[in-house]
Order: sequence, then C-alpha cells, then structure tokens
Amino acid sequence: MTAAETRAFRLGEFHSFSARNRRFLYLVPAGAIFELDGAAELLIDRLAQGEASEDQLIADLGAHGFPVADAQELIAELYQTRVIVSGNFAPEPLQEAPADFPLQTLVLNLTNQCNLSCQYCYEFGDDKVATPEGKPKFMDYETAQASVDFLLEQSAGRRTVHITFFGGETLMNFPLLKKVVTYAHDRAAGQGRSIDFSLTTNATLLTPAIIEFLSENRIGVTVSMDGPPELHDKLRVFANGRGSYDIIAPRVRALIENHRTRPITARVTLTKGVTDVVKIFRHLKNDLGFHEVGFAPVTTSPDRLYAINERGMDDVLAQFHVLADEYLEYALRGEMHGFSNVSDTLSELCQGVNKSHPCGAALGLVGVGPSGDIAPCHRFVDSDTHALGHISTGIDREKQKDFLQRGHINSKYDCHTCWARPLCAGGCHHEAYVRYGDTGHPNLHYCDWIRDWTDTCLQIYGAISAHNPEFLRVFAERKAIS
Amino acid sequence: MKHLRPLNQKASRIAGQIAQPNGDDVVALQNPAPQPPKPHIPMGCSLSFSPGWEVDSAGGTAGLCQPVERDIYDCYVTCFWPAQVPDHLNNYPDWASKCAAATKDWRNLDLVFP
Repeated sequence: MTAAETRAFRLGEFHSFSARNRRFLYLVPAGAIFELDGAAELLIDRLAQGEASEDQLIADLGAHGFPVADAQELIAELYQTRVIVSGNFAPEPLQEAPADFPLQTLVLNLTNQCNLSCQYCYEFGDDKVATPEGKPKFMDYETAQASVDFLLEQSAGRRTVHITFFGGETLMNFPLLKKVVTYAHDRAAGQGRSIDFSLTTNATLLTPAIIEFLSENRIGVTVSMDGPPELHDKLRVFANGRGSYDIIAPRVRALIENHRTRPITARVTLTKGVTDVVKIFRHLKNDLGFHEVGFAPVTTSPDRLYAINERGMDDVLAQFHVLADEYLEYALRGEMHGFSNVSDTLSELCQGVNKSHPCGAALGLVGVGPSGDIAPCHRFVDSDTHALGHISTGIDREKQKDFLQRGHINSKYDCHTCWARPLCAGGCHHEAYVRYGDTGHPNLHYCDWIRDWTDTCLQIYGAISAHNPEFLRVFAERKAIS
Repeated sequence: MKHLRPLNQKASRIAGQIAQPNGDDVVALQNPAPQPPKPHIPMGCSLSFSPGWEVDSAGGTAGLCQPVERDIYDCYVTCFWPAQVPDHLNNYPDWASKCAAATKDWRNLDLVFP
C-alpha cells in the first residue's frame, strides 16, 4: 500500500460543539479549541458519514462550488491540525512528567484537630483515610520551618511559590500560622523570591485581629460553608450537634468587609438534601457577599446517608446549568459572576491543558501533616498508607513514582476513549481511593457528569470568544496552579 | 490558517506550527511522502510470525489482546535468547511440543515455573 494512492481521510479525535450559531471543535489529543468556518464544517460533516479519499473529497467540495485548489488547501489545513487523519495514524503517547518536577505548592496541615464535627468530613468521617493515632495533634514550629525550607529547596527555578494552610481547623493553630508567614517571607526574600499564602477555614475562630493579619499579608481565604442556615446546619455542626451558621455568619461578614487584598471564596460541599445550588449560591454571593462560590459533591462511598444519588446529581447539574447561563450573560457584559466552577474550567480551557494527572498532587504539590509526614495532598495527610516520606528525609521517590504511575492517564484505560480526558484525567486521586480503594482508578461514577459539564463550559468559552474575547484575557494571565 | 480560528493558547501554538512552511514534515507519525518502491528485505524477527510485537494505545503492554509473554516463542524459534525462554535442551524439552504451527497453536505456549 502506498500512501499516495490510497490516502483516505477520516475524522480525527475531537468533540464538536456549537454556541450562538457557530460551530467549534475541541481537539482532544491537544486540548486545542478552534472555531470552524463554513467550508471546514462542510468537510467535517462529509467525513462524519464515513471515510473518503482525497479525490472524493475534492469532488464533493467541488459540487458545493469549491475550486480544486481551495479544496486541497482546506484538506491540508485540517490534516495538519489533525482534525482529519489518514492511514495508520496513532497519536503520540503523553510525555512522562520529568523526574525532578519542582514543587509549586505546599499544603501545611497546621493541626489535625477541629472544633466542628461535620459528619461528612474526609478527615474524621466514616470514609477517612487518616490514621492520626499516636501522632502530634498540632504542628510545631521546627516542623513548619523545615517544611518552608523544603519547599524553597525543592522549587528551585520558580520565582513564586505557594503555601496553603489547612487543618483540621487551620485557625486552631493561628499562632504558628503567624510565625510561618514571617519566617517564609524572610527566607524567600533572602533568595530574591516570593511566597504567596492562602488558607481554608470554617470561620468559627475569625477575630478582627486575625482578619487584619490575613488582609495585611495578602493571605487568600476560602471558607467552607454550605449555604443558608437550614442547609448549612444540617451537617456542619459542633460536637454537641448545634449548627455553626449563627457563629460564623457575622465573622464571615466581617472578613469580607475588612479583608480587602484578596477575593474571598466560599467552598460548598453538596450532600443529600443540600443540593439546592442556586439557593446556596444566591445566599453566599448576594446575602453574605462572597466574591467567588465553588461547589463540589461530597467525597464518600455511595452507601452513606449523606451521599448524593444519581438523581440528586442530575438535579445538581440542572442547577449548575442555570448558574452557567447566568455566568455567560455576565461574561458577555464583561462582568465577573462568581461561580467558580465555570471560572476554573474556563481557565484550563483557555490554556488548553492536556493533563497526564488529574491534579498536581505528588507532582507540584504535596501536603505536610503535623507530624512532618509528607502526603500526596492535604486529603491524604496523616495516612500511613499514603505517606510519601517525611519532611526531615524528603520525598521517598519510589513511593512518589508508584503514586504517579497509578494516577497517570496512560494507566486509566477507561479514559482513553473519552473526549473529556484532557481536563479530567480520571478525577481526584482521593475520591478514587474512597470509592474504589485505588488512587489510580478512574472515577467512573461521574463520567457523564464531567462530560456534560465540560461541554457546557466549552459552549460558554465558544460564546465568549465570539462575542467578548477580551473577557478571556483574565484567564490567559491566570497561573496554571492558582 | 484560513478555515480554523484558534481560540485558546494550545490552538495558537498549533496554528504557529502550521504557519511554518514545512508542509507535511511537521506532522508526526503520519504517512511519509511516497518513496520510489524498493525491494523488500525482511530482517531478523520479522521473518517469523510473532504475535504481540506491538504496544497498546498508551504505548504499554497491559492493554494488548494477547499477553506479551507470547513474544518469547519468537525468541525460542529464531534466535538464541536463553534468558527469556525455557531451556528446551535439558529441562523443558517438551515446551513447544503442543505447538506444531505457531500461527495456529501459539496459545499452547505457556510460562514455566521452575
């Protein structure tokens, strides 16, 4: 078989979508987004009926009024971008991550203690992976210092690195947080570099002094909060069962009012009965004033009482669509809407990410527990099974390699035919472990959901790029790992 | 590019590649430009039927339709590669006795566990 005679073309691997009467395609092996003109549409629709030789295609295009030279040019363009392919085409396998991948982010679990008893907590709930027995409950200053030094040493070449403070309840160890910020600033400045901070908190312990400190030091704050009192208080409770809404609402208002240096984000965990996404969004955005609100369904084995069933997830998705439509209207007017789930996806679409791993865990990001144990991320902190080493001895490269190989898209066969894999890459390692007992298992329980949501965000992306491309500039400038 | 409008950073990079006047050369793993026919000279392992000399869609071997171990029969017949096949001179003389024709009977070749 010689190439010239039998060169038959067929469609490459892409997902087509349309928005506002325009046609687009998402080129899967690359993560690239293109808008099609009428001629390209015609050629693609022709090949959707089956493969065809170059001569046939030229003849068919000719019937639609395309001169031979134009048809050849069109075929060449689509062929070179691999929108159409021929012969024994096989995409190259994804590159392996370099062995000495520099760190970008360190998550410091300042304590594994918490003053709330949220039933669904992945650190304390029924599905916990942590084994904190016999380990320190609060991180000490020496461990924190060693962690900062470790981050700076392992991130050589990066000008800015990031520390996220986490818990337990982060603010239960605020004295340490304060010292770490000062220490890390000094160390980084000494090397001509900078460190950026953020934290996640349940907001119960916020005081005016803490808020002032957070604002002065430009520390990003994410508040775990599930909505108005009747929803928030279902599961986010103190040990005696009392809801925490009344305690945190005034503190959140004070935080948003007085922390002026960074946007304040709410992070909502959706559970059975807490799925009224639109209502939750309105409350957190409009009544309390959060700048951004992001949602995620609880990570749990499917038989827990608070797990959301499939119908519940469909309902969540329907409400996501309501907010997504609203987001688009805002974006076309050039305004930020505040629904983080769209912004985060747009940001990745804008870059055209094509992930080998679902996230930076054990790659550019690691978590450190109060004992100094290193974990792939904050969700695995304090788990003996998943520990990747200790801050005093560094990362155990063998364990890290094993974790990364399991989680690599190449070892997730179910994903190889999915068009949403460049963004999803099989989904959260921790979710996979809780559901399937293996961090490298693709999260098959939400595939349809992910594809629907990715398609929705692609449509938003297409519509914005057609009618208000300036809006996307913000995302182009946003860092890969924010 | 005339018919495709790049909308994200990755698409722009692809467009940049194509803008370079290298023609088909920039497309990896595609049919090369037609060459004048040359005589076909089979070499080495390619002389024999050897199921499984391939990789799966990820470049590995775990997803093949047959286990990669079947390859070893090829080493046994055409090459002397004692480390990978059972020792058929002394300890496993019957290793291939159920495999009269490799194209049909290769499934009968099994691993041995000394």
